[in-house]
Amino acid sequence: MTHVLPALGPARKLKLPRQAERTLPNGLTVVAVRRAAVPLVEVRLRVPFPRAHLARASLLSQSLFTGTAGMSTVEIAAELQTVGGALSAGLDPDRLLISGNGLVSGLDRLLELLAEVLTGAAYPGDEVATERERLADQIQLAGSQPQHLARVALLKRVYGNHPYGVQTPEAEQVRAVRPAQLRALHGERLHPGGSVLVLVGDLPPEKALDAAEKALGGWNGGGKQAVLPPAPEPRPGPLLLVDRPGAVQSSLRMALPAVPRTHPDHAALQLANLIFGGYFSSRWVENIREDKGYTYGPNSLVEHASAGSVLTVNADVATEVTAPALLETQYELGRLAALPPDEAELEQARQYALGTLLLGASTQAGLAGLLSTYAGFGLRLDFLAEHAARLAAATRAEVAAAAARYLAPARAVTVVLGDAEKVGGPLSALTAVEPAA
Amino acid sequence: MARKIRIPATKYPVERFTLGNGLRVVLAPDRSAPVVGVAAVYDVGIRSEPQGRTGFAHLFEHLMFQGSANLEKLAHFRHVQGAGGTFNGSTHLDYTDYYETLPSNALERALFLEADRMRGPRLTEENLRNQVDVVKEEIRVNVLNRPYGGFPWLKLPPVMFDTFPNAHDGYGSFDDLESATVADAAGFFERYYAGGNAVLTVAGDLDVDDCRRLVERHFGDVPKRPAPKRPDFAEPDLTAERRASYPDPLAPLPAVAAAWRVPDPVTDFAGYLPYVVLAEVLTDGDAARLQQRLVLRDRTVTTVGGYLGFMGEPFEVRDPTALLLQAHLPPGGDVEKVLRAVDEELDRLATGGTSRGELARVQARMATHLLRDTDAVLGRALRMAVLEQQRGAPELINDLPRLIGEVTEEQIRAAAAALRPDRRAAIEVVPGGRP
Repeated sequence: MTHVLPALGPARKLKLPRQAERTLPNGLTVVAVRRAAVPLVEVRLRVPFPRAHLARASLLSQSLFTGTAGMSTVEIAAELQTVGGALSAGLDPDRLLISGNGLVSGLDRLLELLAEVLTGAAYPGDEVATERERLADQIQLAGSQPQHLARVALLKRVYGNHPYGVQTPEAEQVRAVRPAQLRALHGERLHPGGSVLVLVGDLPPEKALDAAEKALGGWNGGGKQAVLPPAPEPRPGPLLLVDRPGAVQSSLRMALPAVPRTHPDHAALQLANLIFGGYFSSRWVENIREDKGYTYGPNSLVEHASAGSVLTVNADVATEVTAPALLETQYELGRLAALPPDEAELEQARQYALGTLLLGASTQAGLAGLLSTYAGFGLRLDFLAEHAARLAAATRAEVAAAAARYLAPARAVTVVLGDAEKVGGPLSALTAVEPAA
Repeated sequence: MARKIRIPATKYPVERFTLGNGLRVVLAPDRSAPVVGVAAVYDVGIRSEPQGRTGFAHLFEHLMFQGSANLEKLAHFRHVQGAGGTFNGSTHLDYTDYYETLPSNALERALFLEADRMRGPRLTEENLRNQVDVVKEEIRVNVLNRPYGGFPWLKLPPVMFDTFPNAHDGYGSFDDLESATVADAAGFFERYYAGGNAVLTVAGDLDVDDCRRLVERHFGDVPKRPAPKRPDFAEPDLTAERRASYPDPLAPLPAVAAAWRVPDPVTDFAGYLPYVVLAEVLTDGDAARLQQRLVLRDRTVTTVGGYLGFMGEPFEVRDPTALLLQAHLPPGGDVEKVLRAVDEELDRLATGGTSRGELARVQARMATHLLRDTDAVLGRALRMAVLEQQRGAPELINDLPRLIGEVTEEQIRAAAAALRPDRRAAIEVVPGGRP
């Protein structure tokens, strides 16, 4: 018997689940989608949180569930568990995101508890003191992780004094935060206007909306809205070398300009990024991993935030091949910026982009994440279909143009975290190097 | 007080059959989304690698992606991703898995790809050297270049176990990895990668009859080779506490992990399940016993976690295995104090039992976790494949939430009572490399 690669079957159409949406009188937007595969529900509440005091906002997100007038930390957690649920909060410079899930039969109770916390979080002194020290320890821990340190250096380099420039507070700043400040910040910023609640699970969307309205209709608060200034584009300059004496690997990070999801260039840029380094079967990964063995998990991706988008290139490479890895990275960026991709590699990237849209929308958690992320940019699930159509239509010339515009190595901001004594010399042979202060 | 919530279950249909070459196949149709998960799982893992070849099972996993009879190097990745799919593989103590998630129109392609490498990977010196380099970078990024690397999954087994299969470093030493030869790889494939030593699972958007025909078409001519007999990896339980510590120059804060042997997860599943629930009673969420005691009350730790199996996979591990607890401490934290408090909490649970509603709420939360894992076609395919391989019971996936829900308070008390200090192995991370 011969063994020949089978052709693909007819492409499966992207079939979007039905969504329902309601804006409550208090300003909260609720979006619900049914996926009945498992008897669960996924919950995402996105509250805009730009320009909040970083240390206070960080501690607030960590202390949100530590008690209300009527309930303790343990009681809140226990009541959530009783319906198979859990909730937690996370922060970035755009938003506070409360995420959770539970048995669908417990949705009413889970939303009641969410409302209890939103309207009545008390930030009790003892509990806040505990969380304050835990957060300070976490920050100290993060400071020992090369991926974190490289990210911190890149953000600072790219964004400077923009609120995106520093996204982790200092431990000392956290230790200075008082519970009254958390209560004040909560009152000012945690309100339904502009917030979006996403519910995805095994129940009719209208029922989910009713449940949300019943539980969260009473959530209120005027509060202020803040807006971020546009994020600056990466401004190229000398490679920033951050010393980590004795490091056995160097963390190579680059930032390149990018455009938001709704920009006409976005689909072409996404495809260009895939061809460069955005998936395993990309030029860069095949080169520096599968050919050269310099690294394990290199990746490049377009990161979207409300004030701007950026393309980042990330690889952790053995110390002794730091300069060769930078050389190959610049080469692959330059090759795609200067020469159009092959039709075949464009088709491969296109199929990957379209296929992963299907995969991402195939679970409750995937749908909830996608909906919530889109909602942060004023988009709904129908954008998925629009984006798929744009990916399908992008031409080779458009992808080449996007690569020339956005992937040009001349536009890259580059940061390397590693053993400066060992990697500084070889890197200087390739580009101007500036040691970090 | 809320009344006890009913624990729901899934009803995934399960179709099993065995090909003439011994390959066991499990199909689990579910047409709720146009995607499929495909998993090929081989009954060989870290415990089976030979002395002097630590890390070899994992290195070999990498070599399975480097081409096969009808596939050049890089072809596997390109064919999966060019069909809109994703792939990976991973090496565990008792098995090695290879898998894809794809739009369902690419199902046959995935079967072709898995069958081609099941007939034999393309093993070359060049690919071996390349992947030794890649694996060394993987070890650097996950272990050597970061704080708490390999803690506790690589650091605690040598404290708890005495025999090479159970105690050695499954990522491998650089010396052993560099010594590996193409002949070693060929021998490893010959011995362990037989059809009769593998399970193939497809979950998701499939028609059972069509899928069965496709599986037969692509895997039918995989040569029949005898499956190796799985060695006995048994070791006696500890009779006296074992303790160790090591310096981690990159770690800023102390940490500790402790482990206790548990009943055989396969032959004594009923005896094992209470420990799976106990780990959650102790550590899942702010209302958990150790969270309340150590984090909120004593403030002697900043995080605490508990789970079954050194790689945290309660239903994908064989004997000998353990219940593990691990905690990170604040600056200057006292490990002895933490372990004493753990002992007190275990005593309190063993003698006083659970509080009203405590067990039921933990069971409800565990049901959510289990159901959530199976919502993704790949999560379903992988779990079913290993359940078939280790237990011959892929349909157990539908029963796990209910079985977890049937664990009784008495069983939890007995399990807690069994976690005595004299049966414990513990390891401490000394931050900053100071002794």
